[in-house]
Amino acid sequence: MTTIRRARRGGEEPGEDVILRIDGREVRARRGENLLDVARRHGFDIPGLCYHPRLTITGGCRLCVVKVGERPGMIPACTLEAADGLDVIAFDEELEGARRTLLDLLLSTHDCDCLTCASAGDCELQELAHRYGLDSRSRRFAALPRPLPPVDDSSPVLVYDPTKCIVCGRCLKACDEIQGKGVLSYAFRAMDTVVTAGLGRWGESECDGCGECIQLCPTGAITEKLAGRPRSWDVDVVQTTCSYCGVGCQLDLWTRDGSIVNVRGADSVPNFGSTCVKGRFGHTYVHRDDRLAQPLVRKDGQFVPVTWDEALDEVATRLGSIREEHGPDAIAGLSSATCTNEENYLFQKLLRAALGTNNVDHCARLCHASTVAGLAAAFGSGAMTNSIAELEFADCILVTGSNTTETHPVIASLIVRAVREHGADLIVVDPRRIDLTRHASLWLRQRGGTDVAWINGMLNVILAEGLHDEVFLADRTEGLDELRATVERYPPSRAADISGIPEALLIDAARRYATADRGSIVYSMGITQHVTGTDNVLSLANLAMITGHIGKPSSGVNPLRGQNNVQGACDLGALPNVYPGYQSVSDPVCRERFEAAWGVRLPANPGLTVVEMMHAAAEGRVRGMLIMGENPMVSDPNLAHVEQALRALEFLVVQDIFLTETARLADVVLPAASFAETDGTFTNTERRVLPVRRAAPSPGEARPDWQIVCDLSTRMGYPMAFDSPAAIMEEIAAVTPIYGGVRHGRLSPDGLQWPCLDLDHPGTPYLHEGRFSRGLGRLHAVEYRPQDEPPDDEYPLVLSTGRILHQFHTGSMSRRSDALNAYVNEGYAEIHPADLERIGATDGELVRIVTRRGAITTKALATDRVPRGTVFVPFHFAERAANRLTNDALDPKAKIPELKVAACRIERPERNHAERDAS
Amino acid sequence: MTDRLRGLAELRAIRETVIARRAQFDKRISVCNGTGCRACGGTEVTEAFAVELAKRGLDRSIELMATGCQGYCQRGPLVVIHPDDVLYEQVRPDDVPRIVSALERGEWVDDLLLEDPITAEKVHLRSETRFYAGQQRTVFALNGEIDPTSIDDYISHQGYHALARAVHEMEPDEIIEEITRSGLRGRGGAGFPTGKKWRFTRDAAGAVKYVICNADEGDPGAFMDRSLLEATPHAVLEGLLIAARAMGAADAYIYVRAEYPLAVDHVRKAISDAECYGLVGEGILGSDLSVDVHVKEGAGAFVCGEETALILSIEGQRGMPRPRPPFPAQRGLWGCPTNINNVETLANVPPILLRGADWYAGIGTQTSKGTKIFSLTGKVANNGLVEVPMGASLRHIVFEVGGGMRPGHRFKAAQLGGPSGGCVPESLLDVPIDYESLKEHGAIMGSGGVIVLDDSTCMVSVAKFFLAFTADESCGKCVPCRTGIRAMLDILDRITRGEGLMEDLPRLRELAELVQSTSLCGLGQTAPNPVLSTLRYFEDEYVAHIADHMCPAGVCKALIGGYRIDPELCRACDQCRKACPAGAITGTPGQPPYHIDATVCVRCGACVEACRFDAILRGPSGDAS
Repeated sequence: MTTIRRARRGGEEPGEDVILRIDGREVRARRGENLLDVARRHGFDIPGLCYHPRLTITGGCRLCVVKVGERPGMIPACTLEAADGLDVIAFDEELEGARRTLLDLLLSTHDCDCLTCASAGDCELQELAHRYGLDSRSRRFAALPRPLPPVDDSSPVLVYDPTKCIVCGRCLKACDEIQGKGVLSYAFRAMDTVVTAGLGRWGESECDGCGECIQLCPTGAITEKLAGRPRSWDVDVVQTTCSYCGVGCQLDLWTRDGSIVNVRGADSVPNFGSTCVKGRFGHTYVHRDDRLAQPLVRKDGQFVPVTWDEALDEVATRLGSIREEHGPDAIAGLSSATCTNEENYLFQKLLRAALGTNNVDHCARLCHASTVAGLAAAFGSGAMTNSIAELEFADCILVTGSNTTETHPVIASLIVRAVREHGADLIVVDPRRIDLTRHASLWLRQRGGTDVAWINGMLNVILAEGLHDEVFLADRTEGLDELRATVERYPPSRAADISGIPEALLIDAARRYATADRGSIVYSMGITQHVTGTDNVLSLANLAMITGHIGKPSSGVNPLRGQNNVQGACDLGALPNVYPGYQSVSDPVCRERFEAAWGVRLPANPGLTVVEMMHAAAEGRVRGMLIMGENPMVSDPNLAHVEQALRALEFLVVQDIFLTETARLADVVLPAASFAETDGTFTNTERRVLPVRRAAPSPGEARPDWQIVCDLSTRMGYPMAFDSPAAIMEEIAAVTPIYGGVRHGRLSPDGLQWPCLDLDHPGTPYLHEGRFSRGLGRLHAVEYRPQDEPPDDEYPLVLSTGRILHQFHTGSMSRRSDALNAYVNEGYAEIHPADLERIGATDGELVRIVTRRGAITTKALATDRVPRGTVFVPFHFAERAANRLTNDALDPKAKIPELKVAACRIERPERNHAERDAS
Repeated sequence: MTDRLRGLAELRAIRETVIARRAQFDKRISVCNGTGCRACGGTEVTEAFAVELAKRGLDRSIELMATGCQGYCQRGPLVVIHPDDVLYEQVRPDDVPRIVSALERGEWVDDLLLEDPITAEKVHLRSETRFYAGQQRTVFALNGEIDPTSIDDYISHQGYHALARAVHEMEPDEIIEEITRSGLRGRGGAGFPTGKKWRFTRDAAGAVKYVICNADEGDPGAFMDRSLLEATPHAVLEGLLIAARAMGAADAYIYVRAEYPLAVDHVRKAISDAECYGLVGEGILGSDLSVDVHVKEGAGAFVCGEETALILSIEGQRGMPRPRPPFPAQRGLWGCPTNINNVETLANVPPILLRGADWYAGIGTQTSKGTKIFSLTGKVANNGLVEVPMGASLRHIVFEVGGGMRPGHRFKAAQLGGPSGGCVPESLLDVPIDYESLKEHGAIMGSGGVIVLDDSTCMVSVAKFFLAFTADESCGKCVPCRTGIRAMLDILDRITRGEGLMEDLPRLRELAELVQSTSLCGLGQTAPNPVLSTLRYFEDEYVAHIADHMCPAGVCKALIGGYRIDPELCRACDQCRKACPAGAITGTPGQPPYHIDATVCVRCGACVEACRFDAILRGPSGDAS
């Protein structure tokens, strides 16, 4: 069993060494370390079933009993701590006899159905029965009958078989202590004790399907509901990085005959075995029948399968002629937050070096463009300042605009652990009653779009009460006077008026955050997706700097990135204004460096951003587009306009794994490999470059994006000849200082966190220690500005959009998972009961949501999760696409659209609305 | 009652007022209103007295008091006339006019007096009854003497005087020293020195500490804690407050089972009355001591009497013990140092502080000080709660206080300490009972349950009975307790069904020792005691079941070959035929002998009980003829 590496507070050393004896041998340990861990680490394979290094001690199975010095009797090793001079007997006849009898007893209550059990070969009980030779002849106890409830297969993802449950409690603790959910408990007692979810059955409980219980179950009691009944000895296991959110969970893909048959969490950074429901059960899309398997070219309005040569020739010719006629800037490309670092690097290089334009962007524009802009201005680099693991050890965590539980579930579990295990103060600032509010000391419910106001209010309190960090401000920052002058105009009373947060709560929050030892800010799109997105980010940076909560472990500003490789796509220059490593295209020094490296002249003008591209396309300034693995037809604001723009293009090529809503509009469609079919790297939200490994062959003729881009570039007269993603990383490292030391060979086991400047550099767990990337931290005086489209008489409500746990982004992957669909497979709108009542509608009825840009008809979910006056719509569902409604007004600095607030109204749908809205 | 008291002087003033008021009455009629007596109509008897006294205009000269449990529950409802000390038993409401009339005449009602179980003579003085005369009631001193719902009444018996001392005259360390010197040990079962326990919690790091009164009395057959809470709730509360003072706790909990509604009511009333007097809450008795007292009702799982499970239960979680260390004194309720004492232990505290450690240490044996309350039940003449000094012999308890065995039966053993205790045979009747001696002989003090068994008891069945209880009450957390006890029960069950094998005995011992040595908490660690002690003292009965297919006590139906009637002894009285529920006995009255049809007999033994001539013999089935 692997010992779990857990981040420790501020790199404190784990305590002095002690020497103890086990079976006469001297061994070293840390004082207070769990004795069972110590013994196992030194090769004493003491049995045990209820102990798990990630959980608190249960002491239930009693198999790890040992004898200690003069102390009487047998004591479970898991309940003992290493201490100097401890004299332990781990194995003798009496101990082994007791263990054998205990196992024998366990087996007498266990359905030894090993012949067909899903966990055969992967079962700790089976392993011990084998070790102690407890076959059916040598077992001494008659089967003890237990009146147990039937097998519970009501969950979409797992099966609980009480007859195989040994009541070790690991699942309960996995659910409670690791995931912070506490859905599981015991029912009944004595021999009748069983695990129960919620009030009875899994399917009717609050279980969200994360599967942590499966991960930790030592027997076949809780198993995945899987097709094909994979046997553990019959599969290959490949560790790779999850393709969903930006946490970067390490997964073990079990494959058999080229198919992924099961997924488990891998025991390494950053998730140590945990996953969410998507990571564990959402990867079935890889083998769906509707995967693109052949290049398609549109002929007479119809897609026709063609050879790769024909398809690539068509692309090269058509793009070539557009460039000839209209210049390179008539071409634009969308790179991809789901593709690897290597692929993003090549894609932007294709646009810049081969095609000669900076018109390259990707959907990071829609999520964290304001983070990149804001944090770069304040600190000098725009990424999470700390490591994920450090969050668990913060004293005060301010979460705002992030529904972490649904968007970054494994990070949310760390935040909950910080609260529950370490007593951290959690302050949630969010208009919606998100799950984290249950664990929060304070919940501040601001009006959407008023973030600058409440943050200025907090700054005002902190400065007025002298809670700021004067030394830090003096030594490390500039701009305090201007900031002070501005925030003086935001006394708590005014901040409260604007934001709707009660004054006392605002003051309390300011004090708690300012006086914490380690204060961490966690935010996401609730902060960034506004016309004031950059201002919001700057304000949070102000908050961190005036309190000195930055540049230290567990203290910082932590934007959570939404997609698996959105961080990497930004790092590798899939942005119109910067080359890889955030080197500005308008900076002649940078440009010359890349011109030298790439051997071509490069354009100096920054290119178009996502929304600008769509405007330019609609206006005919952009005539050809390459889209790699993105789906703007669902993800972008004001979809009607996006569709109009894409249809207006002369030529559109889309590389993807499915015929997405966007691919359907293309002239050429190129079939790509999924994450499971390629090698490379993703960079997760904590700047950690993690390996992606090929586990399965691609369907048909589908090919990895990096190969497609290489071939395309070569055909366009700019040869790219890489034989592997590792070779691409060599080039990346040469031109990207923050990736200077990154090589594929260095990524095991823990990846590398940038900046990693050279081959000897260990990577950087947290940023800005001692010095900001830009030198001094810059405080920005920011004034509150109202949202672009405030509610009015015609559109009296505020529309907000976002993600939910069981679906992901545009749904192209998640909606192809039966398990995920079993939880949620249709769009809906969260509406306050009072708002619903005003139009005479009730929960579950269809309602029509209308904005100035469009309307959708969707199901109403009456809930006070949203405040009165706010409507929340998840954006994953193309058929009821939330982005038909959203506002494409842009933040002037970051060009991020205001997806989080728009004015809307709700009405009862008339019969013909649904058809009209869909068209 | 709104005046907040500040010290001893005010307590004394209340005391004098109550004594003065009481002096206006000539007599007092105390009617037991404990749970036992209420079940037999105690409340109705009390009401009847009230009506009768009022009717005769005696209510100004005769005080009527509904008391808490007086201990002699078997004979309830009990009525005591003070100061005459006349004890009436099993009083019904329609007896009341007779009693009052007799009282007016200065006489007593003969037929309501207790009959001595040995001499068969009527005893009219309570203090002369065998049951009370053999006791030394210290903790129980006020049971029956006061109205449990009256704080003034408690104060009039020097109630809260010890608290006043603890608050105003003693430093916490001095209190702990006093308790340590007294030699008081935990009455919950394990007998851990109370002073030492308090010292651990007092010295534990942490600003917030808790004290808890464990009133989750779970042993079947033990009810002394219920009795104390019902009868003298203030004494327990006072002990708890002194504990809080000694250990620096600002919050105290009383964890009481919800099945004790009367105890819960009295405790809640006691707390709210004490609050009005400033004895609970902010600034107790005008000092800087502040203690809030909370009542938490438990749902009745036996395991919740275990300290760590109890703590989880208060926290709102499933009550399941956790490994120790950390001990509750280090990390208990809500993660803070916590001290848990049993009800009876806390009730011992005020007398110790009032009368001094030396007085207390003078009672009992070398290692076990003070008195102990036992729940005396089973096949003994007097059932009830019995308080005797530590070191009293089992013979004293059973044959003096208990009045001996029921007629016609012989003492066989006593099960001491509840389901986790052990059986003590006749040969040990004279051993002085204290923590050490019981342990040495395979039993435990436990909660103080004494179940007297006679020759009609099958010891294998007794072990099975208690094991079935613990098997059922196992929380399910640890393997030895959850499955080991059940595997033992499985073996015992087979033995009593006549399917036992001789190799079951070593296996039973092996399992018992495994469960004892590897279980997580006290429940599992002590659960094998009934099996081990019966194997120790009554192995021959096990062997008889297995080797001879015989249940010597005639209890295990499968092992009763049947009954036959000895024609020499049969008097044809017809009693056996009437008693037989299966109609297996035939005969004509006056024409012996009767006959038993083995094919119809269900082996219930009712005929044996019914026969006054010992004419029905166990053995090979059917007719002797």
